[in-house]
Amino acid sequence: MSNQYDVIIIGSGPGGYIAAIRASQLGLKTAIIEREHMGGICLNWGCIPTKALLRSAEIYENMRHSADYGLKSEKIEADITQIVKRSRAVTAQMASGVAYLMKKNKIDVIWGEAAITARGEVTVSESKKPIEQPQNPVPKGVLPQGKYSAKNIIIATGARPRILPGIEPDGDKIWTYFEAMKPKSIPKSILVMGSGAIGIEFASFYRALGVKVTIIELMENILPIEDEEISKLAQKRFEKNSMKIFTKTKLVKVEKQKNSITAHIELANGQKEKITAEKLISAVGVICNTENLGLEKLGVQLEKGAIKINEYCQTNIEGIYAIGDVAGSPMLAHKAEHEAIIAVEKIAGKNPHPLDRRKIPGCTYCHPQIGSVGLTERAAKERGYKIKVGRFPFIGNGKAVALGEPDGLVKTIFDAKTGELLGAHMIGAEVTELIQGFVIAMNLETTEEELMHTIFPHPTLSETMKESVLDAYGKALNM
Amino acid sequence: MTINITMPALSPTMEEGTLAKWHVKEGDFISAGDIIADIETDKATMEVEAVDEGVLGKILVPEGSEGVKVNAVIAILLEEGESAKDIGEISDASEIREVPKPAADKKLAVKEAKPKTANEQTTSTTKTTQTPTLKTGERIFASPLARRIAKEANIDISLIKGSGPRGRIIKVDVEKVIKEGLPIKAKPIKSSIAVSSGMSNEAVKALYEIGTYEERKNDGMRTVVAERLTEAKQTIPHFYLTIECQLDNLLKARAEINASAPKNKDGKPEFKLSVNDFIVKAWALTLQKVPEGNATWAGDSILYHKVSDVAVAVAVPGGLFTPVVRAAESKTLRQISAEIKDYAIRAKSKKLAPHEYQGGSSAISNLGMFGIKQFAAVINPPHGTILAIGTGSERVYAKNGEIKTGTFMDVTLSCDHRAVDGALGALMLDAFKKMIENPVMMLA
Repeated sequence: MSNQYDVIIIGSGPGGYIAAIRASQLGLKTAIIEREHMGGICLNWGCIPTKALLRSAEIYENMRHSADYGLKSEKIEADITQIVKRSRAVTAQMASGVAYLMKKNKIDVIWGEAAITARGEVTVSESKKPIEQPQNPVPKGVLPQGKYSAKNIIIATGARPRILPGIEPDGDKIWTYFEAMKPKSIPKSILVMGSGAIGIEFASFYRALGVKVTIIELMENILPIEDEEISKLAQKRFEKNSMKIFTKTKLVKVEKQKNSITAHIELANGQKEKITAEKLISAVGVICNTENLGLEKLGVQLEKGAIKINEYCQTNIEGIYAIGDVAGSPMLAHKAEHEAIIAVEKIAGKNPHPLDRRKIPGCTYCHPQIGSVGLTERAAKERGYKIKVGRFPFIGNGKAVALGEPDGLVKTIFDAKTGELLGAHMIGAEVTELIQGFVIAMNLETTEEELMHTIFPHPTLSETMKESVLDAYGKALNM
Repeated sequence: MTINITMPALSPTMEEGTLAKWHVKEGDFISAGDIIADIETDKATMEVEAVDEGVLGKILVPEGSEGVKVNAVIAILLEEGESAKDIGEISDASEIREVPKPAADKKLAVKEAKPKTANEQTTSTTKTTQTPTLKTGERIFASPLARRIAKEANIDISLIKGSGPRGRIIKVDVEKVIKEGLPIKAKPIKSSIAVSSGMSNEAVKALYEIGTYEERKNDGMRTVVAERLTEAKQTIPHFYLTIECQLDNLLKARAEINASAPKNKDGKPEFKLSVNDFIVKAWALTLQKVPEGNATWAGDSILYHKVSDVAVAVAVPGGLFTPVVRAAESKTLRQISAEIKDYAIRAKSKKLAPHEYQGGSSAISNLGMFGIKQFAAVINPPHGTILAIGTGSERVYAKNGEIKTGTFMDVTLSCDHRAVDGALGALMLDAFKKMIENPVMMLA
């Protein structure tokens, strides 16, 4: 057995394992190194298990409102143990799927923590990081720790929760997403610090289970990267569902009591308040896993805490690539996957197209869902575009009303000069499944004209997309 | 049902033109055959005749509109019993200009044409950007956005190299061209962008103080002259051959022929041949005597023409025309003379029809009347050659050890080296010189 590879990938998250498969497809001798769980955070402690949790919440919510649909149901209970168990089972299935894909593509899996000890040399040793429990099974036939060499190394080590001083997670009352994903019981109240996708999804999940949820956001709006109008609608909707939301609010300090925490906050107007909750979920962003990789020694440049890469995911050191969260924002699994393809194809001497960051969609799986791509209205104006904005509410869509989901809005932003679709922002049922229609449109560089010529099936929620486009040009029909 | 009057194609290659003048106004009754408008194309102003009769209901394209596409609806004719109300709503003439639709298809009531607002567009937008195709009919792959940006910037998208998947032309490719200009060989549709030397229009203007010049907008003719000659000088490998021809015999023959011209009622001679008429005839015969020289470069082949279609450059204010004397080898000097006179008169009033100045395999450019001794002309594509005629002047020459005087002219042949090589060009000039110096040979 030779320890010499064409490509070694560090990290088996959605960036790493996709890179490995693509490399294998292109005939490269490939190995992937993982220290904890096949599929990385996304599969084990992120995207996938949270979707399982949110599905439980959604069904629970629907059952509680079953009378609205003419269905009687009594004694509906949320069994948090079973909800978490199901979520873990989903991750186990997906993680074993990744292990299977490695085997199928003849990719060596090396188990342990990797460091680049010299150019083209990776040393794998025992992981010093405590394993997050429950751990999905380690695949069979993994290669042992030791020295491995590769012509090319792809760093795909991901990111981890950012820890703010004063709210260090304690595994008990102060949680990160790890703890929030596997509660032993349903707390009565939760304070969510940070209103990005992670914070909002947990807020949405716990709120559905009947938990009293308070959200604190430092910025002007919740979901600060979304279009302001969408953020405001989301906030209104959440508040209607009895969430308490403080924006432009600072967390001054947190005091811990025996069974609760008390957060001292400073509101936008300078007023100080105290909020007591059973748990605090810290969702104040993530930081890149750049440590202990040997980057300093090799002189790999960082930028704002992330590995600095060019449009082909190459670092400043030849033969070393970085993809996904560790290579900077937006920290999204689908961005990592796309970078994986770019990096591997570059290694294989192909001619990949650089990533167009403007066309990366973002989704938040709260209720109602939020999906967006491209520029927000504000960003478009700041860039000097003269724009046409279209809006269409779900209330004007037959399918949405039939589903009992009349709350929603599709907002489209066009360059008035060229008809280029600059951005699309959606809130409402299933919009995370709809947004890719606009992503394709943007990628193919359609103008409003092609969108107007496209037939959308009736009755679907997708009709709201067409109506929004029509509205941007003053032609909306069902409004 | 109303009848659409569309922009006519005055020549097979015409794509657009300027609606120079309306001879009729809304409400006028028009009979078939009436002249209703003047259309200015590349080189000519043509009159448009009505094909149908009726009352002119609406003029959609006002006088002076440039770049009106062939087949665009320019006006609507009402048939008997119809009124303006029968005309569908036309919210924006330019929209109709691009994709003509039968007026009867329009649903809404008539309104005065006014600037388009979003609400007035129909949902099935009429201004669909056509999928561009190459002349060969091959489809050009370009994103809709790229097409639209290119169209708005007046850039021929077929000239842009695509960087998208499988060479698809995408937005950045067009933006690059807008910023950096087209790569060599490519040219924009409108000369205002780049028939200039590479400096931008603004950069040229910036060199001169405002007020020290008068700026005249380039008309269709100027634009075509600029485009074609730029193309010629950039793509045709020119070389030049000069020869001296003695004119004494020709001048003598000309004097004799003119002297014997019959007189008309007013006592004026019925014709008066010019030296140039002899030159045209001699050159037409040369192209027959050296048929390899009667050639046109056609990319993957060379066309050897059977007849001598000789174009004659005619200067007009603001430009020049090159009407073609067809099969000049078979025409008499009188016929050639009369034809060129007629062409010259009509060229000056821009009344030449496109078929009269298109084609030809060679050309004559004569600046002798201005005293120019010798010059080299630019080939007028797709011609293979052009003969530049200098002034006839009395010169001292030696013959059999004696110093003599005689009248001579220098002629310079510009050849497209792809089709006509040096020795071939020399043979042509030799044949030409023999006929000029001994005009009787034209009869041989």
